[in-house]
Amino acid sequence: MTALPVTDLESSAPPACAIARPRKADAREDPPLVRRAIIAVAVGFLGLFIVLPLINVFAQAFAKGIETYLSALRDDDTRSAIHLTLLVAFTSVLLNGAFGLAAAWAIAKFDFRGKNVLITLIDLPFSVSPVIAGLVFVLLFGLQGLFGAWLAAHDIKIIFALPGILLATIFVTFPFIVRELIPLMQEQGTEEEEAALSLGASGIKTFIRVTLPNVKWALLYGVLLCNARAMGEFGAVSVVSGHIRGETNTMPLQIEALYEDYQSAAAFAVASLLALLALVTLIAKAALESRVGKD
Amino acid sequence: MKISMVNVTKRFGTFAALEGVNLEIQSGELIAILGPSGSGKTTLLRVVAGLEWPDEGAVQFDGQDALSHSVGERNVGFVFQHYALFRHMTVFENVAFGLRARPRKHRHSEAEIRKRVEEAAKILDLTEYLARKPKALSGGQRQRVAMGRAIVREPQVFLMDEPLSNLDAKLRVQTRSQIASLQARLGTTTVYVTHDQVEAMTMGHRVAVLKDGFLQQVDTPRELYDHPTNAFVAGFIGSPAMNLKTVPLVDGGAQLGGIVVPLTREQIAEASKDGTKTVTVGFRPEDLDIAGNGKVLEKGEADDPGFSINVELVEELGSDAYVYGTAELGGDQERIVVRTEGRHVPHMGDKVSIAIRKGQEHLFHATTGERIRV
Repeated sequence: MTALPVTDLESSAPPACAIARPRKADAREDPPLVRRAIIAVAVGFLGLFIVLPLINVFAQAFAKGIETYLSALRDDDTRSAIHLTLLVAFTSVLLNGAFGLAAAWAIAKFDFRGKNVLITLIDLPFSVSPVIAGLVFVLLFGLQGLFGAWLAAHDIKIIFALPGILLATIFVTFPFIVRELIPLMQEQGTEEEEAALSLGASGIKTFIRVTLPNVKWALLYGVLLCNARAMGEFGAVSVVSGHIRGETNTMPLQIEALYEDYQSAAAFAVASLLALLALVTLIAKAALESRVGKD
Repeated sequence: MKISMVNVTKRFGTFAALEGVNLEIQSGELIAILGPSGSGKTTLLRVVAGLEWPDEGAVQFDGQDALSHSVGERNVGFVFQHYALFRHMTVFENVAFGLRARPRKHRHSEAEIRKRVEEAAKILDLTEYLARKPKALSGGQRQRVAMGRAIVREPQVFLMDEPLSNLDAKLRVQTRSQIASLQARLGTTTVYVTHDQVEAMTMGHRVAVLKDGFLQQVDTPRELYDHPTNAFVAGFIGSPAMNLKTVPLVDGGAQLGGIVVPLTREQIAEASKDGTKTVTVGFRPEDLDIAGNGKVLEKGEADDPGFSINVELVEELGSDAYVYGTAELGGDQERIVVRTEGRHVPHMGDKVSIAIRKGQEHLFHATTGERIRV
C-alpha cells in the first residue's frame, strides 16, 4: 500500500494557502473528542449491560462462600438439570446437524418444486416466539391435544417429559446449522462431487471425502451456535417441561425455580455454570473464526 | 474405444439441449464438439460421461449399452471447465483420488499408487507441486492437475469440457498442443468440447458442429471449411467469417451488385425449389480480392469486373490485410470482408472494386440454409 497523496499536496502547497485554510485532517477522521465519546459510549454500554451483569452473576454465586457454591451444584435436582441440559443440547445438535446437512444439500444442489417454501419454513423458528413454539407441541401432544388421547392410550408421554423438551429445543435451534451451510454449499456447487463420482467414488465416499471436508468449518460453526442456544433455551422448554424438579427441569428452568425459592446463591451458582458453558462456546467460536480466516 | 450416440435427446423442462443426435466416435479419435454457448455441447459430453441421462436414445461404448452404467462404472476421465479440484487435498491426493476410490479388491497398493501418481506428475510437469494445495497453484498448473487426475486412472475415454477456457491466450496455445500430443501418445478416444473454433480445428481429427441441440455437421476440419453443409456452419467456421449474402436469382445466376454470379441450371433449380426467388451466396474473405491493383474508383466510374465496396476499416497483419467495407446489394448496404495482399491496401473511405475468385463461391438455399451441391 502506498501512502495517500494528501501529505504530499500539503507540503508542496504554498504557505499562504496553508494559513488561509486551517490544516484539515484526513476526511475519514473524526475530531478526537467525538472519537473518544463514541468509544466511551460503546465500551460503557458493553460494560453496563454485559460485563457488569456477568460479574454480578459470579459475585452472587460466590457471595456465601465456595462451600455454598459447591453444595448448590452438588444438589441432586441441580445435577439432574445439568444432565438433562447436556443430553438435550447434544441430541438437538446431532439431529439438527443431520437435518441441516440434508436440507442444505437439497436446497443448494437440486432444483425442485417448493424449494422456496422450504427455505421460508427453515426460518420460521427465528420469527416465532419460543413460547408459541412450545404451545404448538402442547396442542399437538398434550392430553387435550390432537394426538393426546391416542398417546395416553398407548402410554406414551411426550409433554412434561424428555421427548417434549427435545422437540421444543430442536424446533427452536433448527435454523442455526442449515443457515450456515446453505450459502457455502450454493457457492461451491456440485462440480467437485461430480468429479469424485466420475473418478469412481461411491456416493458415501464422495460425501465423506469431498462434501463434508468442504463444509466442515461452517458445520462446526453452526453446531456451536446451535449448542449455545439449545443449552440456554427457556421459553419453549418452559411450556412443555412441566417443571418437575429432578426430572424435567433443564438448567435455565432450574435457575428460575431456585430463584423463586429465594435460594439466590444456589440460583446464581447454576447460572454461573451456564454462563461458563456459554463462554466456552464463545471462545471456541472465536478460535474457529481465526482458524477459518487462516485457512 | 468406440462411442456411439443414437438418436439422443435431452430436455431440461421445455428447453431441448440435445435433439436426435447421432454421432459415431471412432476408437482413438480426438473429436472436437464445437458450437456457440447454449448449443448443447456440454450436455452432450455429460450424457456420454453419465452425469446426465438422455430422455431418449442410446449411448454405446464398443457396441455395449452404456446407459445401464453409472459415471463411476464407465471408466471415463472427465476434465471439468473449472477443474473441480478437491480444494482440501494436495495435488498428490487429488491425482491419487481416482486410484484410492476403487473398491478394495481392485485397488492398487499404496506403493503402486504413489508410483503411478509420480509418473503422471512427471508427464505433466507437476512433480515439484505434489505437496501443494490447489489454491497455491497457477491456472495452468491447476489445469494440469485436472488432466493428471483423469489420466492416472488410464480411462477408456477422455471427456474434456472447455479445459483451456480459463487460461490466458499464450498458455492456451501451449497447452493445446500438449493435450493433442498426449492424446496421440496415449491413443485414448477423446471428446473435446470447445466454443473456440481455432482449438477445435487444430486439435480435432474431426469436428462436430452443434447448434440449438442439433448436430449440424461432423467432418474433418478441412471438409468443414471447404464444404460446409449449411449456411450456419459456413458462417461459424472461419475468422473473419464467410461473407454470406442473400441475393436475387436472375437468369443464369445470382445478382450480386452489378454482376451476375453464374450458376448452372441444376443449381438454379435447386435454389428456387418451393418458389424461393433468392439464394444465399458465400465467399471466404480470401476468395475475394481488391481488383485493378487496388485502383481507387472515381465517382461514377464503372466497377467492372467485380463489384465495389466503400472501405470502412483496414486491419494490417503484415503479410496480408483484412479490408472491411460495405457494398450496395439489392438496395441494402451489406458488410463485406476481403483478405488482400499486404502491398496494395486501400484506405478508409476509398471505394474499390472487388474481384471474385472463380468457382470458389458457396451456395445455400435462402430459406432452409442447406448447401446447394451439384
